[in-house]
Amino acid sequence: MSDPICVTLPDDAASLRLLEVGTEVLLSGRVFTARDATHLRLVAELAETGVLPYDLARETLFYAGPTPPAAGRPVGAIGPTTARRMDAWTPQLLAAGIVATIGKGARDDSVRRACVAHGAVYLAAVGGAAALLGTHVVAAETVAYPELGTEALVRLELDRLPVWVAIDVRGHELYALARRSSAGEARP
Amino acid sequence: MVRSADIARSVYAAIAEAATTLRPDVRAALERAQAIESSPRGREVLGQLVENATIACRDGVPLCQDTGTVWVWIELGADECPGGDLQAAVDDAVRSSYRDHALRMSVAADALGDRTNTGDNTPAFVDVTLRPESGATVHVMLKGGGSDNASALAMLDPSAGVDGVRRFVLETVSAKATGACPPLVVGVGVGGTFDTVGKLAKKALLRPVGRPAGSPVTAALEERLLAEINALGIGPAGLGGTATALAVAVTTAPCHIAAMPVAVNLGCSAMRSVTVEVA
Repeated sequence: MSDPICVTLPDDAASLRLLEVGTEVLLSGRVFTARDATHLRLVAELAETGVLPYDLARETLFYAGPTPPAAGRPVGAIGPTTARRMDAWTPQLLAAGIVATIGKGARDDSVRRACVAHGAVYLAAVGGAAALLGTHVVAAETVAYPELGTEALVRLELDRLPVWVAIDVRGHELYALARRSSAGEARP
Repeated sequence: MVRSADIARSVYAAIAEAATTLRPDVRAALERAQAIESSPRGREVLGQLVENATIACRDGVPLCQDTGTVWVWIELGADECPGGDLQAAVDDAVRSSYRDHALRMSVAADALGDRTNTGDNTPAFVDVTLRPESGATVHVMLKGGGSDNASALAMLDPSAGVDGVRRFVLETVSAKATGACPPLVVGVGVGGTFDTVGKLAKKALLRPVGRPAGSPVTAALEERLLAEINALGIGPAGLGGTATALAVAVTTAPCHIAAMPVAVNLGCSAMRSVTVEVA
């Protein structure tokens, strides 16, 4: 495999559009956590005002709910939650200006098509590696919805968090591709 | 004599251990999988998971940010009389352990109506079964949403046979594994009734990885399923490879002559459980 590509958000967000599915990326810079309850709020505010709240246009959503601060770090453990649960809301958020999402697992085809339509990407992080991923978070600040607990909208500052391009802007999807090639390798 | 307070103390300590220390059998299985994984990306993912276990244990931080709902299964000596309010004692232990160890609160007050976070990870899901031997064996499992969501139950006809069970497990893993944090521990229950077969599948997850079922027929099904699941190509984190599952554990039970209940409860790569004896 080739060496990972370093990307700093939001400055290098446009460079994500150049990356092919399967490329490993070390993500630095700014992302926002958003899970199920967060999405309900964001989409309601978007419907009311017609624009993404909290200056989220051109930003990246990380489907994650961290544990509280621990070991001298701003979050204890943090990792991707199942992206599929956010699929119903994702096309409208990409249309409104979200440029990338980070999660785990295969997604509905409507998300793949929306990535193509809006030049957005879906990035996969390793579920279950949350103590490790937590060491790549250097700052965390709650932006909205503190009453949601771990589902609050939190701005994170990342330092080389490892992810892979799971849907690229041309609509290639890693889970299906990886499975086809691996199953081919695995069979005698 | 076993008191409710003794059980609560064991639950408090077990939660912290399960959240931060990977089961030794699971860790050893991850390392074995890394040594034989065919996909370079898969090997890198497995490397992250092994390093994750080291960091979590060293720093006392959770293995996974989803520190789960708490399932407590108490096998209680029939002559024991724990006294007091056992559910309340266990809930107190959950509340204080989640707070003291900076774990994530992940319980909604009501599934259908008020989905407000209860803020203290209670209630715990508690089962008590009786046994002739004195004392108590307390099993504590922290179950993440991703892997529990990727589970399934079917009421098959007896004519479906072993092959019908096999196909149902494969279909479930094939459709849902990428969100369940593979490599998986696949728990399968066969038998019982509609309400008990899911518990059989969950109990199967307590069995050490690598230990086959006692019955040769069941062990043969486990072995075949593990090979077939690992030929699906899903791989570590679903990003391709051979290590889709570390183990398949099947638990069986009697059932109605008309029935063949089957349940699949997927355990993630951080499969978290601790079993303690309370005298």
